[in-house]
Amino acid sequence: MINRTQAPEIKDAVSFNLQLKPCETFTLDNGVPVYAVNAGAEEVLQIELVFYAGNHFEKQKAVASATNALLKNGTSTKSAFELNEHFEYYGAYCNRACYNETAVVSLSTLSKHLSALIPVVKEMITDSVFAEEELDTFKQNSKQRLAVNVKKSDFIAGRLIDSYVFGDDHPYGKYSNEEDIDALNRVALQDFFNTYYVKGNLVIFVSGKLPNDLAQQLNAVFGKLPLQAMKDKIAYFPVSPATTKKYFIQNDADGVQGAIRLARQFPNRHHPDFMKVMVLNTVFGGYFGSRLMSNIREDKGYTYGIHSFVQNHLQESAWMISTEAGKDVCTATTEEVYREMKLLRETLIDEEELLLVRNYLMGTILGDLDGPFQIMGRWKNIVLNGLTADYFYDSIETIKNISAEELRELAKKYLEPDQFYELIVI
Amino acid sequence: MIQFEKFSLNNGLRVIVHTDKSTPMAVVNVIYDVGSRDEDPAKTGFAHLFEHLMFGGSINIPEYDEPLQKAGGENNAFTSNDVTNYYCQLPAENIETAFWLESDRMLSLAFSKKSLEVQRKVVCEEFKEHYINKPYGDVWHKMRELAFTTHPYRWMTIGKELKHVEDATLEDVKAFFFKHYRPCNAVLVVAGNISTERAKELAEKWFGPIPAGDAYLRNLPQEPAQTAARKATVKANVPLDALYKCWHIYSRTDKKYYVVDLITEILSGGGSSRLYQSLVKEQKLFSNIECYHLGSTDAGLLTIEGKLVKGVTMEAAEAAIEAEIKKLQATGISERELEKVKNKTESMMAFEDMSVMNRAASLAMYELLGDADLINKELDRYRAVTATELMEECNIIFNENNSNTLYYYANN
Repeated sequence: MINRTQAPEIKDAVSFNLQLKPCETFTLDNGVPVYAVNAGAEEVLQIELVFYAGNHFEKQKAVASATNALLKNGTSTKSAFELNEHFEYYGAYCNRACYNETAVVSLSTLSKHLSALIPVVKEMITDSVFAEEELDTFKQNSKQRLAVNVKKSDFIAGRLIDSYVFGDDHPYGKYSNEEDIDALNRVALQDFFNTYYVKGNLVIFVSGKLPNDLAQQLNAVFGKLPLQAMKDKIAYFPVSPATTKKYFIQNDADGVQGAIRLARQFPNRHHPDFMKVMVLNTVFGGYFGSRLMSNIREDKGYTYGIHSFVQNHLQESAWMISTEAGKDVCTATTEEVYREMKLLRETLIDEEELLLVRNYLMGTILGDLDGPFQIMGRWKNIVLNGLTADYFYDSIETIKNISAEELRELAKKYLEPDQFYELIVI
Repeated sequence: MIQFEKFSLNNGLRVIVHTDKSTPMAVVNVIYDVGSRDEDPAKTGFAHLFEHLMFGGSINIPEYDEPLQKAGGENNAFTSNDVTNYYCQLPAENIETAFWLESDRMLSLAFSKKSLEVQRKVVCEEFKEHYINKPYGDVWHKMRELAFTTHPYRWMTIGKELKHVEDATLEDVKAFFFKHYRPCNAVLVVAGNISTERAKELAEKWFGPIPAGDAYLRNLPQEPAQTAARKATVKANVPLDALYKCWHIYSRTDKKYYVVDLITEILSGGGSSRLYQSLVKEQKLFSNIECYHLGSTDAGLLTIEGKLVKGVTMEAAEAAIEAEIKKLQATGISERELEKVKNKTESMMAFEDMSVMNRAASLAMYELLGDADLINKELDRYRAVTATELMEECNIIFNENNSNTLYYYANN
């Protein structure tokens, strides 16, 4: 008979020697840097063109995201339909995404089709035409999507909390309303496209099963274009946080749940506290066994889920707690969140819990590094944040060695309720 | 080609081992052959509630998550109308922890009263978050009741109503466990950096001693063929009118499944698909349109749904969908269009297979469908579909008498 009350021996994940697979780098003729990770068993690859064309650079709201979205909606020689059909015929996915500082055009494909596809990507980033009809359809459908979203309390809460923390003119805090979408016009998009894509600042990330002549292929297609590496530091955009700290918004008279967001400003990854707080955040609300989940979901049953996280921004960040809780228990929920903050400020995390969190984080990183796209995800974060691989290894050391005392000090410094904005949207 | 070995323990537990030495991780995936279709119509939502209770402690281990996280692992689970699947991934060195945890909760749960009380509330909040507090959140509740008269697919996995979840008792929980959560009703998949020998040894050690239990014999009421179109109208506090149309299709193991799957790709599988190009881009009747099916084990539904552009009438929107379908029925598709959706399917499968966790879950699901090796046969089945078959199938499925339409109107 086996003794089922006895847990099998485990190897503490803290003892693992985690390695970030190195990344090759090379430069195209025009100076555009390329980062490449050649790994994986499947014959697939992903190429990401990261332009410094995020909403930080727009002069008019929603222009950066509209320009990015419409890159696949027609060039001087191909219609939107033809562009889509080309990628889809090869079973490839060409996606766009717009963030605060950067905007991305990515291609995921079976490796064998790369050479048939990147010339079309080049067309999109050099020769998009932003036809009036395409823009009109985009505006109409964006407004319809927005009309549905503003009915959702979590959507409203997500927009508002960012605007409180950063200010509603700040790239991290602003959001678009219907009139901003209405105001979009061809000229603004075309201008933005010419400045930030055609002659833009670009960095390329490629991962997966890579062809031997990758550098030649990329250079032949992108290397002669008037693009360059990002040389200047992105201008600092001062935050203008709201003065009022507590908000309650009634968005839906029939709402049965409140979307709760608590947030405070937090420095970026260059700050010495950043990686330490990643450990504290895990204890607080960063995984299923966290204090917030254990208390508010697993003990009280107030919510399906509650999480805390530090936003992934380049310049300024925010530490946020997010949940949807029953309408009648919203206040009880925020009280419990504050209680958990207090506990972390006043009581040392015991060694057993801390070891569990260390092991959990190490195991998760090990799992996260499994696969070429995931490895590249780590590198992309390092490169775009202006860090080096040291950041990865220092984070590992922090996870292994940070003490309960240090975590308590961090809690005292950052987890004070009056530093937090509090928002409930029903 | 995904390699694996398959064997059974004496208690009937089927075990599949898929070794992949390129990853430092290991996955333990246990799928139970029970979903919301197996529920009592008066106690719906139970399979899913039960999934939550599986994390509330087992007979010898007070806490499931803690030891797993301590071993550097992560886990989750999902319940569908057909199955309940539990999976965890952890550093391969610590895989025995997963065997220990999973086997103990297959042996018996702790049946804690507190866990039931809390998880009833948690599931009610989940219900509210996804199905009540969202515009259009009740669509599937209404559509299932319209499209199914008899088969238990007529309720959603979350449950027909909050009350069913609120009323669940510990007796219900125990009965459900011993009826469905027995080794002979489950499949264990072990994947990642572990040898077959080691996996066998651990499976025997931890799962071997669990009593077999009685096999659950599924005998669900079958949905009779639909003979007349069904329509329903809803008015709700939503910003846009929306249209939902469903047609009955085939079971997952029917060879026509592959034809139907490709039909959904032809109609809405991307920016060059037919419904998107015609109804969103050219005619501007819908702001979004989707065609999909849920891949359910028993015969399910093919759905077309979209939100209407403001000012467009429901009649015009519906007529435009019907016109696209008629075109497909009358003229079929070109070889190139067929090739396109097959290529897309091929690459989608390649991307999915990158993760060892996905491979483990697929192997488990295919084994429940009858044969884990389906994972290696799927692509050929898609490749074998012809343009003629596809056109014929469009004429069979998209029959007015087989249709269910939900007109979802915005108030005011």
